[in-house]
Amino acid sequence: MTTQNGQITAEEGRLAENVLYFARTLRAAGLPVGPGKVHEALEAITAVGIGERRDFYWTLHSTFVNRRDQQEVFDQTFHLFWRNPKILDKLKGLLLPDVTADGLRDAAEQEISRRVADAFSPPRQTPKEPQENAEEEIEVDASFTYSARERLQEMDFEKMSLDELEAAKRAIRALKLPLQEVKTRRFRAAPHGRRIDLRASLRASLRGGGDHIPLNWKEPRTRRPPLTVLCDISGSMARYSRMVLHFMHHLSNDRDRVHSFVFGTRLTNITRQLRYKDIDVALEKVGAEVEDWSGGTRIGGCLKDFNRQWSRRVLGQGAVVLLITDGLDREGARGVGEEMERLHKSCRRLIWLNPLLRYDAYAPKSQGASAMIGHVDELRSAHSINSLADLAAALSADPPAREEAASQWIGKSA
Amino acid sequence: MADDSAAHCALPANVDETLELLKRGQYIGERSLATVLFLAIKLGRPLFLEGEAGVGKTEIAKVLATALGRPLIRLQCYEGLDVNSAVYEWNYARQMMEIRLAEAAGDRDRERLESDIFSKRFLIERPLLQALRPGIGGAPVLLIDELDRTDEPFEAFLLELLSDFQVSIPELGTIKAAEAPITIITSNRTREIHDALKRRCLYHWVDYPNAARELEILKIKAPGAADALSRQIVAFIQRLRHGNDLFKLPGVAETIDWADALTQLDKVALDPETIDSTLGVLLKYQDDIQKIQGSEAARLLDEVKQDMVGLPGV
Repeated sequence: MTTQNGQITAEEGRLAENVLYFARTLRAAGLPVGPGKVHEALEAITAVGIGERRDFYWTLHSTFVNRRDQQEVFDQTFHLFWRNPKILDKLKGLLLPDVTADGLRDAAEQEISRRVADAFSPPRQTPKEPQENAEEEIEVDASFTYSARERLQEMDFEKMSLDELEAAKRAIRALKLPLQEVKTRRFRAAPHGRRIDLRASLRASLRGGGDHIPLNWKEPRTRRPPLTVLCDISGSMARYSRMVLHFMHHLSNDRDRVHSFVFGTRLTNITRQLRYKDIDVALEKVGAEVEDWSGGTRIGGCLKDFNRQWSRRVLGQGAVVLLITDGLDREGARGVGEEMERLHKSCRRLIWLNPLLRYDAYAPKSQGASAMIGHVDELRSAHSINSLADLAAALSADPPAREEAASQWIGKSA
Repeated sequence: MADDSAAHCALPANVDETLELLKRGQYIGERSLATVLFLAIKLGRPLFLEGEAGVGKTEIAKVLATALGRPLIRLQCYEGLDVNSAVYEWNYARQMMEIRLAEAAGDRDRERLESDIFSKRFLIERPLLQALRPGIGGAPVLLIDELDRTDEPFEAFLLELLSDFQVSIPELGTIKAAEAPITIITSNRTREIHDALKRRCLYHWVDYPNAARELEILKIKAPGAADALSRQIVAFIQRLRHGNDLFKLPGVAETIDWADALTQLDKVALDPETIDSTLGVLLKYQDDIQKIQGSEAARLLDEVKQDMVGLPGV
């Protein structure tokens, strides 16, 4: 960098500096921008020259953006950053805390994403938004109740803040869903395998002119079993759903063959929506797709829909089902028992994640829960899914033996 | 006679002719199916058929091959299916023997030997490669059956084959079909097939037939069954499919099986006892059988009989 600075004029020297700050802003907004990128960007600008703003935009775009879902963040950051050179001066090094996201928001004509706003505001000083607190207080009451009516509404997800993003990333990095790999009918070469690979052996012997036949060995390949996540998004689950969705998003992008469904009063397949790499985009799509946020729950009916329409399609090849619900059903557990039994028979392993399990005194006494408990392989707590880290811990623990896992609860529910 | 067989080989020129073709092969299909089938033949695109088990997806390919007088090449998919068993394999044993024989004969021309042992003589052609070769009377009908039973890697391999109808064999080069085979792919939806593959195909959902069509099918496929019995059977099964909450609905294949079974038992009409004892032909899940057996079956039969009262010919 210094040699570069040394070579260019004072005017350009400031530009280099600004590009550097711009890159840091991008990094703060969550894009993977390293020092090498800045160097590349400067080279690109030198090659293209500074003429039109549009050219300048695409020059920077070409170096800093390398995935489609980064485009939006780049676009917003660019327009805010290069709008006003005075803001730019103030922003130097992001060391001056007097530029707030609010001020910028006024300046911006379009809505900016919370990530970008956070990137412009001084780090670690954002107070928790009062709105969020109020919401939480109401929801504490709601966590043991369930709504009896079907409420259809679109949920506008609040964009993830940088802190949340970081926390989620950290937790997710630690997360491993310990699902035992299954053997497939495909083979791979393995020196210590138990079967002779005739094809490879003959081929190897041909190489030596067929004088002798060295034995090659093979063993079955293993793969992760397909995973299907069924998540309750009814009112009683509202405070958990968001983090659970983050978790589902991570799973969808971490491995293949993950199918995700959410249900409240109706069942929605959100597999495709969750495939978007950027969490904000994915959640926005999910929010637009799902119609029954925070309403009542019809566990029986939704499971029936799943069994009838989806189970054959997504539970093939030894799938594992992750059912995330508190088991509070508005219809007095009508049909829950039978449908759970059917679901249990259709999959290889059925894991029930119940957020209510974090209360010591919890027993599956509600009608829904007691109808479900007999048909799961495992009952796991999802201690405050809010933090997600606990969820990761709960899932990463060694799985208990199959039959015994839920048995301790069966007595309690009686 | 010669004219007749030539007509059999000619491809249909429009939807009506396709419908006619299916009828000639004793297949009673909807017009929508004939349309998509015609398009697949005309455009040379693979046809992706999805539907519940037993609605006659595989049958379409068989009928097409017979009616067009073309060979049917069938690739039954299963988990673990790989290129070696689906496309080609070298006959290693014969190759090795060839080397030994060359050695014994004192033939030291290595280059000739090399080009010789990787020639077509030593190539074992599996279904997909066979399908690229012209058959008698034109390109063959290629049936890739139950694609959902394979795993994703194989599905990905099919992409090249289905879009260009060519296969690359490193030692021989690329083999391309002069004329694209008429390709039918079926799936029971035990797994979702990737979009990339579906994009290269024409898609059609094969549904259960309505009562009139199912009766027509029975007349052709189970001609031994009495007319009244066939009507009752169809009416009963239609009710079973629509009114009841079954986990696995009976398909057309089950209808035909049932008609055959009842004919074997010398029945001319349905009665509750017979239904109870032959329910296993129709329903393949114990839960479903339990649900229908006994009073429910009797109730359905009553409804069927009431419906039949006003009908002529009963």
